[in-house]
Amino acid sequence: MIDRRLLQHFDWLFLGLTLVIGGIGILALYSAVNANADMTEVGRLVYVKQSYWLGISSGVMILLLLFSYRWLSRMAFPIYGASIVLLLTVFFLGKEVSGSQRWLVLGPVSIQPSEMMKISLAIMLARYFSESATKDGFSLQGLWKPLIWTILPFVLILKQPDLGTGLILLLIAGSVTVFVKIERRSLLCLTAAGIAVSGMAWFFLKGYQKQRISAFLDPQGDPLGAGYHIIQSKIAVGSGLFFGKGFLKGTQNALSFIPEQHTDFIFSVLAEEWGFLGSVTIIILYLLLIIWGLSVAVRSKDPFGTVLAVGLTSMIFWQTFINVAMVLALLPVVGVPLPLISYGGSSMLANMVAIGILLNISMRRFLFKD
Amino acid sequence: MDNYLHTVSNDWYRQRITGALVCVLAAFLILLARLYYLQIIEGPGLRQRSQDNWFRVHSVAPMRGLIFDRAGALLVDNRPRFDVSILSREARDPEGVVQNLSGLLDIPSEPLLAKLAEARGTPFFKPILLSRDISRDAVATIEAHKLELPGIVISVEPTRHYIEGERAPHLIGYLSEISPEELRSGALPDNSGGDFIGKFGVEKAYETYFHGKRGTRHVEVNALGQLTRVLKTEEAQPGKNIYLTLDIRLQRTAESLLAGKVGTALAMDPSNGHVLAMGVSPAFDPNAFVVGMTHESWNELVSNPFRPLENKAIQGQYPPGSVYKIVAAIAGLEEGVITEHTTLYCGGSYTYGNRTFRCWKRRGHGFMDATNALAQSCDVFFYQVGEKLGVDRLAKYARACGLGSPTGIDLDKESRGLVPTKEWKLRRLGVPWQGGETLSVTIGQGFNLVTPVQMLGLISAVANGGTRHKPLVIRRIEFPDGSPVEEQAPVSLGTLPASKNTLRVVRNGLMDAVNKPTGTGWIARIAGIDVAGKTGTAQVVGMPDDDDKKKKAVESIEHYHRDHGWFVAFAPAKEPRVAVAVLIEHGGHGSTSAAPVAREMIRTYLEDLGIKELKIDN
Repeated sequence: MIDRRLLQHFDWLFLGLTLVIGGIGILALYSAVNANADMTEVGRLVYVKQSYWLGISSGVMILLLLFSYRWLSRMAFPIYGASIVLLLTVFFLGKEVSGSQRWLVLGPVSIQPSEMMKISLAIMLARYFSESATKDGFSLQGLWKPLIWTILPFVLILKQPDLGTGLILLLIAGSVTVFVKIERRSLLCLTAAGIAVSGMAWFFLKGYQKQRISAFLDPQGDPLGAGYHIIQSKIAVGSGLFFGKGFLKGTQNALSFIPEQHTDFIFSVLAEEWGFLGSVTIIILYLLLIIWGLSVAVRSKDPFGTVLAVGLTSMIFWQTFINVAMVLALLPVVGVPLPLISYGGSSMLANMVAIGILLNISMRRFLFKD
Repeated sequence: MDNYLHTVSNDWYRQRITGALVCVLAAFLILLARLYYLQIIEGPGLRQRSQDNWFRVHSVAPMRGLIFDRAGALLVDNRPRFDVSILSREARDPEGVVQNLSGLLDIPSEPLLAKLAEARGTPFFKPILLSRDISRDAVATIEAHKLELPGIVISVEPTRHYIEGERAPHLIGYLSEISPEELRSGALPDNSGGDFIGKFGVEKAYETYFHGKRGTRHVEVNALGQLTRVLKTEEAQPGKNIYLTLDIRLQRTAESLLAGKVGTALAMDPSNGHVLAMGVSPAFDPNAFVVGMTHESWNELVSNPFRPLENKAIQGQYPPGSVYKIVAAIAGLEEGVITEHTTLYCGGSYTYGNRTFRCWKRRGHGFMDATNALAQSCDVFFYQVGEKLGVDRLAKYARACGLGSPTGIDLDKESRGLVPTKEWKLRRLGVPWQGGETLSVTIGQGFNLVTPVQMLGLISAVANGGTRHKPLVIRRIEFPDGSPVEEQAPVSLGTLPASKNTLRVVRNGLMDAVNKPTGTGWIARIAGIDVAGKTGTAQVVGMPDDDDKKKKAVESIEHYHRDHGWFVAFAPAKEPRVAVAVLIEHGGHGSTSAAPVAREMIRTYLEDLGIKELKIDN
């Protein structure tokens, strides 16, 4: 299955980049939970758990490399179907944590099927679009299927409720669709429809979600309520200055001013402790990861591989961009984790699987001809 | 592939990916620019804000100085006060917790819920005060049910404690929350909002001594506002302790004698001006002020027609009545309009112009000299003295006796009284002085106004041979360790405008007033002790016919139409140890209302001193 040719084309640099980001994540987690006086004993161990997850995910990734990604094209429907079934299971049997029902408990681990859904959707769309793309782009007629495949899990995830993951799903689908081109008229129609729907969606948003958006627009309006997180995150980032306050020395983190400091706001911890220098370094590492993802798409001679690589790269891109922009108070607070760094097993696994598929596409790029 | 031209190629994908790359680069450029803005441009400001987040300077209130009586009996100290508050963030369901609390403590829940509703919008880490000054039992109950009361916190604050409650509140005073005006004035730079400062009495006058010096604690706090580390401590310096001139046993006696009456009973050590007692009735409990008074109790205090918050001893202004005859006698003797041997006839009334001025004794006193006239308080004798003196000469003596100006006692809001003159009347009322008015003024009626503490100073000076002392309320100020800060030395305000001989005449008159059955102060005599005193009855309302009032029993006259009763005295006459001044508002005759109070005060004080047999040999 794996011959020497494949190993020769294996992208060691990319794997290294991934593991470096994951390693930075574990350091950041260590600081986030251990410098903080209010953290519980169990909480202090999340960096250990995250290391396990990084190890397990790497194993899954290597396992994935054994099979050609082409197999994913054939299995697109079963994978997508399984993901939908898992989402439905969560919907009926999921475990509720602080008001939302996102987790499936399997023995000692809890997983979030919505994370897997992102990849399943990318596979589905890659298969569909790669088979029927034309230079003229898709018309509305050609888009109704992908639209349904996207909307169905989106609604299920929104009901959990998990606006962040839902949005990422939409953004992946949107990115892939724009990538394979839509007719201008259809694009206008869809954009108009999108605006109308999001306008109406405002009425369906939960109270806390609306609050987050208005707090984003005017954080000083209620500095101790919803705007508190935004302001404290800005203070944490800004107070890092050029060189940062030093590892384990971030006061915003240590004294619990940063909310969700080991999950969605982990970048605040990094920026506070490692300053502009560290933050820019991390941003550039992500940029390299994404550019590499796009180069995989370019280098793949197989349309399915290209579109799938674009879809998976867009997933990493959007998560990174939205998370960092939120921490830097450029976007409202939505629960989107920072890939490979935020604490969370399912997110780690999903991102490592995505990178594994990208590696897979990359190492098998010469098996096809134009 | 039906339409080869439209089939996508790798090159086509390459172009699309280049487009995607441009989008990605643009997006990351935004992130980098934002990082630059926050960390480099806004960085220093945000660094400061992160510092402000966790760095707090807690101010540590100093322990307020204690108050003792002259002999060292503790009168005012500080006690721990327990306040119960709620941290809404930890309570999760604050309303439910408050309901629980009200059930456990068996107190109504409405006021607590109202406090909670009022505090809506306060930062979640700030405790909301539910109830101030809860009992120790309540503290124990809360501690025992801690698990059922999440978010409930009890804080301890030192609070002023007036040990005997309504004891000498007008002299000691009370604390109350500092007002914005007081904060702005800059007079109390060591105080901040929410502090309790002296607002009345000695507490106010000696605020800077009691206060001590605030300490500071530099601390690190977390996002919940909880203290995580103390970085630096500068201890607070406790305030200074103050020993009053008050004799607490005499004060108790004075207050119990005033019970049910409206007025004031004062005692002074004639040798140095120490105020030994300052009973004022009705009184109030200063403890009510220090935990924040309710609107109702405040309204009750200020709407009470007997003005419990007024220090009648220094704020109240009353006509002096016949006590003023002491001044008139001094003036007459010193000006030579009479000598000690001059006798004047009293036939029960005196005609001046077309008006008839009555003596209180309608049958008349017959021939009177100055001593007898003082002893029997003969009005007609003094009408004639006054007529000869004229009002302005009388006023000169009144002023020299300390009337018409504040005594300078270290208490707030002292009144000055009023010494009428011709010029004053013309200026003030625009009407020239009537000769007959001089006659009224001479016997202490008319426009005359004095404060009880002025009368105390007068009788004390008569007792000690003429030295007018400033009334002192503070004896000594000490550091908390007992070393002295300041010892209050007697302060002389001058001497009475009277020669030794004049004073002898006056003292003899006051002796006879108490010790001869014909004297108006006969009721104040004490077996075994020579008491010298002078009664006074200050008319409040000129009744259509004064005689009516005299005939009626006091009780039958409407309260506000009753006369004020005065009695000033000192004892033992030969070697005076105590001078007293008593005023009973609307008490009727001085001899019946005020004299017994004075007598009992003298008796108590001298008995405590062990003085029983100091009778002068006749």
